[in-house]
Amino acid sequence: MSEVRFTKDHEWVRVEGDTATVGISEYAQEQLGDVVFIELPNVGADVEAGGDAAVVESVKAASEVYAPIAGKIVEVNDDLEATPGLVNESAEDQGWFWRMEIADVDEIEELMSAADYKAFLAGLD
Amino acid sequence: MLQTIGVKAVDELFVDVPRSAVLEGPVDLPPHAGEMAVERALSEMAAQNMAAGTVPFFVGAGAYRHHVPAAVDHLIQRSEFLTAYTPYQPEVSQGTLQVLFEFQTQVAMLTGMEVANASMYDGATACAEAVLMANRVTRRRRSVLSGGLHPQYRSVVETQSKFLDGNNVACDPDASGVEDLVPLIDEDTACVVVQNPTFFGHLHDLRPLAEACHKKGALLVVAVGETVSLGAVTPPGAMGADIVVAEGQSLGNALNFGGPYLGLFAAREIFVRQMPGRLCGETVDLEGRRGFVLTLSTREQHIRREKATSNICTNSGLCSLAFTIHLSLLGEEGFRQLAALNHAQACAAATRLAAVPGVTVLNKTFFNEFTVRLPKPAADVVDTLAERGVLAGVPVSRLLPNAGLDDLLLVAATETTSDEDIAALGTALEEMLS
Repeated sequence: MSEVRFTKDHEWVRVEGDTATVGISEYAQEQLGDVVFIELPNVGADVEAGGDAAVVESVKAASEVYAPIAGKIVEVNDDLEATPGLVNESAEDQGWFWRMEIADVDEIEELMSAADYKAFLAGLD
Repeated sequence: MLQTIGVKAVDELFVDVPRSAVLEGPVDLPPHAGEMAVERALSEMAAQNMAAGTVPFFVGAGAYRHHVPAAVDHLIQRSEFLTAYTPYQPEVSQGTLQVLFEFQTQVAMLTGMEVANASMYDGATACAEAVLMANRVTRRRRSVLSGGLHPQYRSVVETQSKFLDGNNVACDPDASGVEDLVPLIDEDTACVVVQNPTFFGHLHDLRPLAEACHKKGALLVVAVGETVSLGAVTPPGAMGADIVVAEGQSLGNALNFGGPYLGLFAAREIFVRQMPGRLCGETVDLEGRRGFVLTLSTREQHIRREKATSNICTNSGLCSLAFTIHLSLLGEEGFRQLAALNHAQACAAATRLAAVPGVTVLNKTFFNEFTVRLPKPAADVVDTLAERGVLAGVPVSRLLPNAGLDDLLLVAATETTSDEDIAALGTALEEMLS
């Protein structure tokens, strides 16, 4: 069983057991336009909640991707190196950025549910 | 206006300037004088200088006197080049952009690397940028600086690192060219920085060092103090360098009292996203015609702000133009011949100096500059020979004052060094030491 949560910075987190998969939301990829480059974190690196973890560069802008929760990076999506466009095609699935250990489960609870995020996006327009 | 911004006097705007740095009273200058009188006074002052071109001249140590063809000065002063602004708008900047692209191509070919940027301020700042880039690429912080690295390059690297959590391991000056850096490379090492030829003139096969670096995941940064050497020496790229920086002054640019100079910066293509500075790329327009644009700008400060790869927002445009024109005039064959001539004159100078009793040449290998050991402090020898109208070189103590190397002198020769100049140096030194 897995549940997807979102941040105000438009990252998503999917919890599967002890690990969480992180990427950027469908809304974020739409705003960015064609993604041309992604700088991923090092496997083994410890990240803080809200800390810089990756960089996503599109034809329009370069933006930081923040870690939604604290923990250790255990895997990165190497496919993004050769095909950064995966983020545009499949932001919330194939276009995942990294997997991480979850340092503090409570941090997940503080993130938005899919419904909350939808409402949050509606408020942005 | 003072009232509007809420201060009583102009002086209040400068309260943050330390008292010790504030000028008290008027500057100690003579009063106003007519134009002719000023010109006369300044000419007299200028006449006290011993200009490089007027006497036998063996000064190098990172700045080299070469012949710059008159065509270079003429061409760089064309207003299309001279007054051109930053080429942000490719539709009105194709000339400037094409020159940058050709400059980058030349730098990549000379250094044996895959990509080069549109230039940095000088060799030393390029070297510091290379260390920061290696830190970003490896996500490590420890840099090993060779004892053959120019002391001023080392100093700039250390200044930059000091404020960016860098950790430099600087080796002792390596006058004899025998240091072994391999044992200093560990799993935390971001890069090893060497100079080739070294500050003392030694040439090294860098392949074993490159291999040792790569085995530990570190990068090899190679600094080249004299770009003309690349016409004779195996380029760093062919010896496994990951980043190559160089001082490009030798081509197209006069000594200019120490600046402005020209930093060359080249790297392996896989690291291009972490490179500092401006990059020009080739593309095609809507109708398929060849054109040029600034590219990968998201590395730069006007897009990435504080996350930029560097805070350099410019390049040495005019100096790089002079470099490109000079090198184009020489051509590949001419550049090789120039390098060969430099080396031949340096060999002649070394042979002559080695014949002076009490003088030892320390180098087994060199390009156009080498180190000699004198029986007296080199600074005194240089002063005495200057009085006799010979500029004999740079005393090592000038750049490394407390290293116990006071008897060492760096001697450089270029294509501008005549056989008579070498004879004059040899005779003057012999007479002085006897």
